[in-house]
Amino acid sequence: MLTVDGVSCLRGERRLIAGLSFTVKPGRLLAVTGENGSGKTSLLRILCGLLPAEEGRILWHGEEIRACQERYLASLFYLGHLNSLKDDLTPFENVTISSRLAGEETSEKKICAALEAVGLARAIYRLPARALSQGQKRRVSLARLWLSERPLWILDEPFSALDASATALLIQRLRLHVNSGGIVIAATHQEIDVGADRLDQLRLA
Amino acid sequence: MSQPGMLAAVCELIRRDILLAMRRRSDVMTTVLFFVMVASLFPLGIGPEPAVLRMIAPGVLWVGALLSCLLSLGRLFTADYADGVLEQMLLIPQPLSVLVIGKVTAHWLISGLPVVLLSPLLGLQFGLNAEALGVLTLSLLLGTPTLSFIGAIGAALTLGVRGSNVLIALLVLPLFIPVLIFGAGAVTSSASGIGAGAHLSLLGAGLFIALALSPWATAASLRIALE
Repeated sequence: MLTVDGVSCLRGERRLIAGLSFTVKPGRLLAVTGENGSGKTSLLRILCGLLPAEEGRILWHGEEIRACQERYLASLFYLGHLNSLKDDLTPFENVTISSRLAGEETSEKKICAALEAVGLARAIYRLPARALSQGQKRRVSLARLWLSERPLWILDEPFSALDASATALLIQRLRLHVNSGGIVIAATHQEIDVGADRLDQLRLA
Repeated sequence: MSQPGMLAAVCELIRRDILLAMRRRSDVMTTVLFFVMVASLFPLGIGPEPAVLRMIAPGVLWVGALLSCLLSLGRLFTADYADGVLEQMLLIPQPLSVLVIGKVTAHWLISGLPVVLLSPLLGLQFGLNAEALGVLTLSLLLGTPTLSFIGAIGAALTLGVRGSNVLIALLVLPLFIPVLIFGAGAVTSSASGIGAGAHLSLLGAGLFIALALSPWATAASLRIALE
């Protein structure tokens, strides 16, 4: 369970978030919406510990995330605006290396299956990432979701650059994750159909 | 924090950076060729007088090594910062300072080690004897990793700043000076028969101090840069 308690965020002279509090329970998806510049990305970065909050606390299962940083990071999967891919490596190498760096148990078979699950054919995932389109690159970075067994997923605009088929695949994957007791927090402009009983909304002004 | 996990992450980071360097050989070659050119142009410009060449050799080779290290420092974190990989590195459940050691080690293997390996060959152009060549290689072996560790602090502090290469030079060159003095001094002392022990010991001590302090300072700078 992730609890946000009175979090405020200041960027430059501007207060983006003031005294925000909410709780996301296991098996729930929180869709964070709001206009451009409303603080969605800042909020997600605060939740990951990448950006310090001006005030307030973030609790993971009742413990402040700074106090249980290693356990929290081992439970967290974050996908930012950028795809976190190396253009000189193939999609297969990118996913393999990022998974190994994150300390996840993977095998060649699992990685190939993940890449195929996001709709990348074998011929494509052996090409350098620089040869891929933006949509294909996004699919590669999303392939890690198919390998991740971490309970908390924080996703910043996960649907950007995706076509309809990839969007459907991703929604299906998110639904599977929340149905198995995982937590998803996603900043998005996209409707996510994971079932009304599993969906929470947070709109930032 | 499991130590096998920590070691595995560091090894994976080194392996990844070496793989990337092999895919972008021009970056690696630029550094090495720069060192070769600097070291080769001096004998051509100064003339073939052996005594003069022997006298200037330690300084020229060490300044060449220092500048070639400086040339490659701008790339240490820039690509990882630009493509979002650095952000993911901060979320790896391992201490960032340990991961920084992996990054700096990879940087040294890619840009420092070739310089160390080429230095005896380039030293021959200056008429250095076998003992002086050995001391030169040893001093670079101890000094170039120190340059990489010190340079990493500058590279992290200037991350995302426009004109960062110039800023790195301004920040780290004063810190490079002791390494340059003891490195070049080791070769000069050896050539004049005093013995290089003291200088090499100081270079070794400098390496340990840099290893202890730089990863921590670099990690803190990276966190600030990504806020």
